Amino acid sequence: MTNRRVFLKSGGVALLSLGFAPSFLARTVEAAGTRRKLLIAVFQRGAVDGLNMVVPYGDAAYYAARPTIAIARPGRQGGALDLDGFFGLHPRMAPLMPWWQQGHLAIVHASGSPDATRSHFDAQDYMESGTPGVKSTRDGWLNRYLQGRHDGHPLQAVALTPQMPRALQGTAAALAVARLDDFSIRGDRATTATLESAYGTPAAGGLKGTAGEAFEAMRTLSSSLRGSYQPAASVSYPRTPFGQALQEIARLAKADVGLEIAFAESTQWDHHANEGGATGQIANRLDDFARGLAALAADLGDRMADTVILTMSEFGRAVAQNGSGGTDHGHGNAMFLIGGPVKGGHVYGRWPGLAPEARHEGRDLAITTDFRDVFAEVVVKHLGADRATASAVFPGYAVKDAAFLRLL
Amino acid sequence: MTRTLAALLLIIGGLVASGVAAVPVDDAGVAHVLDRLAYGPRPGDVARLRTQGVAAWIEAQLHPERIDDTALDARLARFTTLTLDSRTIAQDYERPAIAERRARQRSQRTDGPPDRTPNEPAMDGPRPAPSAAQQKNRLVLAELGQAKILRAVYSERQLEAVLTDFWFNHFNVFAGKGPTRTYVTEYERDVIRPHVFGRFRDLLGATAKSPAMLFYLDNWENADPAAAERLGRAREARRRNAEAPARPPRGLNENYARELLELHTLGVDAGYTQQDVVAVARAFTGWTMRPREGTGFLFAAGLHDRAAKTVLGQTLPAGRGIEDGEQVLDLLAAHPSTARFIARKLAIRFVGDTPPAALVDRAAARFLATKGDLREVVRIIVTSPEFFAADVLHAKLKTPFEFVVSALRAASADVVNAGPLVRALRELGMPPYFCQPPTGYDDTAASWAASGALVTRLNLATSLGDRTLAGVRLPATPGPDDTRALAIGAPAFQYR
Repeated sequence: MTNRRVFLKSGGVALLSLGFAPSFLARTVEAAGTRRKLLIAVFQRGAVDGLNMVVPYGDAAYYAARPTIAIARPGRQGGALDLDGFFGLHPRMAPLMPWWQQGHLAIVHASGSPDATRSHFDAQDYMESGTPGVKSTRDGWLNRYLQGRHDGHPLQAVALTPQMPRALQGTAAALAVARLDDFSIRGDRATTATLESAYGTPAAGGLKGTAGEAFEAMRTLSSSLRGSYQPAASVSYPRTPFGQALQEIARLAKADVGLEIAFAESTQWDHHANEGGATGQIANRLDDFARGLAALAADLGDRMADTVILTMSEFGRAVAQNGSGGTDHGHGNAMFLIGGPVKGGHVYGRWPGLAPEARHEGRDLAITTDFRDVFAEVVVKHLGADRATASAVFPGYAVKDAAFLRLL
Repeated sequence: MTRTLAALLLIIGGLVASGVAAVPVDDAGVAHVLDRLAYGPRPGDVARLRTQGVAAWIEAQLHPERIDDTALDARLARFTTLTLDSRTIAQDYERPAIAERRARQRSQRTDGPPDRTPNEPAMDGPRPAPSAAQQKNRLVLAELGQAKILRAVYSERQLEAVLTDFWFNHFNVFAGKGPTRTYVTEYERDVIRPHVFGRFRDLLGATAKSPAMLFYLDNWENADPAAAERLGRAREARRRNAEAPARPPRGLNENYARELLELHTLGVDAGYTQQDVVAVARAFTGWTMRPREGTGFLFAAGLHDRAAKTVLGQTLPAGRGIEDGEQVLDLLAAHPSTARFIARKLAIRFVGDTPPAALVDRAAARFLATKGDLREVVRIIVTSPEFFAADVLHAKLKTPFEFVVSALRAASADVVNAGPLVRALRELGMPPYFCQPPTGYDDTAASWAASGALVTRLNLATSLGDRTLAGVRLPATPGPDDTRALAIGAPAFQYR
């Protein structure tokens, strides 16, 4: 009860709508570790402005560089939500504050890719292939994890996207499905059977694997997903593509169909003009992002004890605002990790500072944490892969415990 | 030498002279041509092409203005917005809808998040029924999306339709970003389509000055940082003048400059630097327009950075105006990296996901030799031996758009309402005019071989088979209907 009172006091009214008991970890301590681990990877495509998302309000250079789009210090109107006396969350991310206060939300700031590209396409490619600077890598890092650890479940890895994300492309079976309700064949049984056998032949080419996985997954789902989905009491997802994708993840997780890796994407972060600050474009996108993640975490309830939500974006944005009240492409960014196994309530990574001389190429947030150190720690410590598997997931990169931030 | 052989040599000689190399005439080769230069064969097309001659058909397709397209025109005649200019669309379609939405917001301002991101669906509560003004505004993109499908299915100028799709995607703009939606009709019709058989420099220049691109990649706000000050001083003098821009641009914006280099011309690995990006951005300061008024391009000399700049080692002298941007476009359009980048991308579209290097080399050389004559670059690719190589046939996974359109063609479908097909494309992850990133849609199999999308394809095949696909009528066919579903749902039909 003490826990609960502290929790409610610190989080305020927002908590009442979360619909889960704050002591969920204590109650499921026996279950934790025995149940299937779940990793939910979330890609913020378009390069979110990490400096307005996780605000370094204690760094004076932040305000000097952003006269009209900076988020005010905590306590002021539209001010950041204080995290640790130096960093604050964008005010529209309030739905995630309970997780921070409970110690299950961690942030890695000044993180990203050692490759200096400012191309959206290349930087997303590098982050999803897990091989910065190497374009010839054919498969994604999550697929390489699966190649070593696939257990035959047709729904072990699912992207809730219409296209297969680069991170999951590769030889290991993975699904990309935008809406589960559309994922069934409507035709008569004989037609379906004929088509399925046609896709089982070599004539199906590269689609043979895709089709085989699809038919198997549909069979599993038709017996596991019955009726329309009802989230946990008082949980409501944003009615946006992102919110709906997250709801589908919860639906799959709760159906116990062997989900281990889920992938979702949040788009429209490329705010070169009129980005806004506490209100405006980025505020509205962060509202969707934070409400979606908070709803997912609340909806998963006890399952959060075995879940890590990991967010990423291809690069950050320039420290200084540009000539149109927006931000151009930059370098370092912030990642979130949410879940029971996460040692949260802490902003990880060395802060390089925003003073002009501390910036990458004189303009961007420098990177002090390679994103692969964070990914690798999740692969090893959360998913339980051994070092050999983890090394295969990140070719050309030495996976070593010493580099882990110990955030799990 | 026999007379036949002489005649044959004469034909071959003529083909070589016209640039058309070894074009095979067997049915598989003919079907291949229709799969790649058109949106797949309709029943009878293969026989018709054999009669006309493949080389002659390709030559005709390279000159679309000579091809009668009245059947398509008849299908598009009922649309009312396709011929409108951006100014009219902004004034008569978008502005009334915006005014009405604002009035509605004022009258019921109670709660909820303000000024939501453009195109972001409403988040909470039941959506209010669209008003007449909103419905009229939505008509613009609805008609454009439907017309794109109808054109791809019914136009006899198939290669033009394929290339218009290719170049729109290359110079992608996203209709969901603010007023871009009011410019897209004109952008495709007047900026992209007229140039697909023209010179690359003209196409590049037209996109650079199009309101769609100026807004989508923010260059309309790109200004010399010192211009804000200059403007501030000048504003006093102009205060009484009603024509002063509502919100003057304030400084440099790199968005267009970077994508111009990376996506439109040189390609990402061409060796340009961040300094080049900034210099290009400075060269394009003052290239602007007036959003929401539907005005065309205008060069605002007062916003231009007149200092000297260096782009890719070339000096742009101080004291100039619009010539800076024009010179950058000249430089980029004639650059060997651009020739290679464009040649390779076209080869990926027409030949395969990993096109033969020798073909890319020849196409790039042709690009440079013809000063970017896109008709000649396409010609050399689609008449090459590599194009007709056995391992190329049927090896390219159709994108969702190509699948949907080729299915309608194969089924001799009469599309009476393409709206449901636009929705199907959204489900398949390829909504027309709504590709958000500047990269455009990917054109390789890795992206489109997704389980959910495959199931959606099979369901589309099934609904074509049992005649339940909304908006589509099918001719009476002998035999059971499921043969059509099986043909379109078959693995082979997913490839072109």
